[in-house]
Amino acid sequence: MAKKDSTFLNMTLTLLIVTAISAVALGFVYNSTKGPIEDAKAQKLKNAINIVVPGADKGEVEEFKVPSPDGGEELTFYKVTHNGELKGYAVNTYSNNGFSGHISVMVGFDENGVIIDNNVLEHAETPGLGDKTSKDVSDWNSQFIGKNPAEFKLNVKKDGGDVDAITAATISSRAYCDALDRAYRGFVAFKESSDSKLVEVSDDNTLIEDNNTEVDSTSNENIGGTK
Amino acid sequence: MEYILIIIGAIFVNNIVLAQFLGICPFMGVSSKVKTAVGMGGAVLFVMTLAVIVTWIIMHYVLIPFEIQYMQTIAYILVIASLVQMVEIILKKMSPALYQALGVFLPLITTNCAILGVAILVIQKEFNLLESVIFSIGNAAGFALALIIFAGIREHMDKLNIPEGMKGIPASLVVAGILALAFMGFAGMV
Amino acid sequence: MNQWKNFTKGFIKENPVFILLLGLCPTLGVTTSAINGLGMGLATTFVLLMSNTVISLIKNVIPNKVRIPSFIVIIASFVTIVDLVMAAYVPALHAQLGLFIPLIVVNCIVLGRAEAFASKNTVLSSMIDGLGMGLGFAFALTILGAVRELLGSYAIFGYKLINTDGMLVFVLAPGAFIGLAYLVAIVRRINK
Repeated sequence: MAKKDSTFLNMTLTLLIVTAISAVALGFVYNSTKGPIEDAKAQKLKNAINIVVPGADKGEVEEFKVPSPDGGEELTFYKVTHNGELKGYAVNTYSNNGFSGHISVMVGFDENGVIIDNNVLEHAETPGLGDKTSKDVSDWNSQFIGKNPAEFKLNVKKDGGDVDAITAATISSRAYCDALDRAYRGFVAFKESSDSKLVEVSDDNTLIEDNNTEVDSTSNENIGGTK
Repeated sequence: MEYILIIIGAIFVNNIVLAQFLGICPFMGVSSKVKTAVGMGGAVLFVMTLAVIVTWIIMHYVLIPFEIQYMQTIAYILVIASLVQMVEIILKKMSPALYQALGVFLPLITTNCAILGVAILVIQKEFNLLESVIFSIGNAAGFALALIIFAGIREHMDKLNIPEGMKGIPASLVVAGILALAFMGFAGMV
Repeated sequence: MNQWKNFTKGFIKENPVFILLLGLCPTLGVTTSAINGLGMGLATTFVLLMSNTVISLIKNVIPNKVRIPSFIVIIASFVTIVDLVMAAYVPALHAQLGLFIPLIVVNCIVLGRAEAFASKNTVLSSMIDGLGMGLGFAFALTILGAVRELLGSYAIFGYKLINTDGMLVFVLAPGAFIGLAYLVAIVRRINK
């Protein structure tokens, strides 16, 4: 085989050419997959919101950030409206106390703070135990549906709360409750601050008008009450 | 306190070898003697920390400003490969004693997925530089710990009467499984 | 060389996982279910096939001393392509496999085949070798995934066979090691 000599020029040229070709190829692939990747992400978020606030796929979703009640990472709120009528708030909340660290949870509140529905978004919990927090695996988290955390203590029964922990996965259950509780406290704080009618939230150009959200409370309670 | 948690988490709870399955090849390959295990652990500690610092800087000062994060894999593996070469050359010149101890393990490290894995993980976890360094030290220590314990057990296995079919790798894998089971006891600690 | 033999050697005789014990990190890391194992296996197959093809095509114009760095760049490019394409079209699987997709680049099988086979053989043989080895790897991962899923959650490819919790230990880390240990022992026995 007539291999090229390993002269300095040859080596540099070869490496340069190989790298240049791969960079061009990757740039091309990146640009053609960029759209689909973003679509996939947007679709995933949309589905996640739609699970916790039904009707989000048809309505409008407005995203804004709310400071976490205990000063950690910000919570992301998604205000869902359909034809100007408030469907609820989806809150992307989290806990760092999972069995394997960080878990990310999506929970939907109606305007009174009643939980419409909830699901785990990302977790690294043990398959077969802690992953029962996900709707794909078990219906454990349906116990929160229709509960108002003002009366329903978001704590496992072992710690004096009202939540049935997953058997053999108390830590995951605790973390899940912690995430929901954080969302609820964030929600309450957000409600209180927005009671001054017009509030500027951290997203600088988003103004939330709270007044018209009070109109249709009955329909929202129906959503919370079903199931 | 936060840093202590990162270290304990990396060493015990999410042990890089026994819970995250990174760096299995050297774990299986060079862990038949405690002495070589110590050497390998040292080499990994050294290279991993360096690699994480360099790749972190490249990510935050080159790839992100130019918006070419998709070049991450290529950039990282090249950095790690050349870093290993450089370390080897420098060690040879500066500290022949250390080179004697670590030298043979260095080429193996390029294809050690623990290094690349940790370099990518610190970006995914959005650690700052200090946290990244601490995380990589913790992981390297976890790697060394698993390797040394494993080597210690394997040194004694030669004397055992193991069924023919399970001799060698299968028996080692079972031992690794039992070790992983033991390490699961640390779960939930952090 | 007999191409059929060249193709089939990856499955049992020289299976990269069960016999050569290469690429153990993804083998143990992603095989919590059969489908994950299969996905990972196919992603690796693609990289192996493409890198083997390209490397055997250009083997004569690469100076010897920069052989390995060039191979690494080529492999890393294909890994990145797989990573991007999977993120775009199979986001759920991409999220499951996570870190292990970029780590294909340090999978000893890929560089190993490039160095030991593709840099010495014709394009056709290298392609067949890459495909055979890749599918052998996918085969091993699917088997291990299936065994762990079957014992760990009494399910296969997501279909629940018995509606109770399985022997959890097989889905967890220890099960990966122990499951692989017994599979290696069985394949060795068959090969004898």
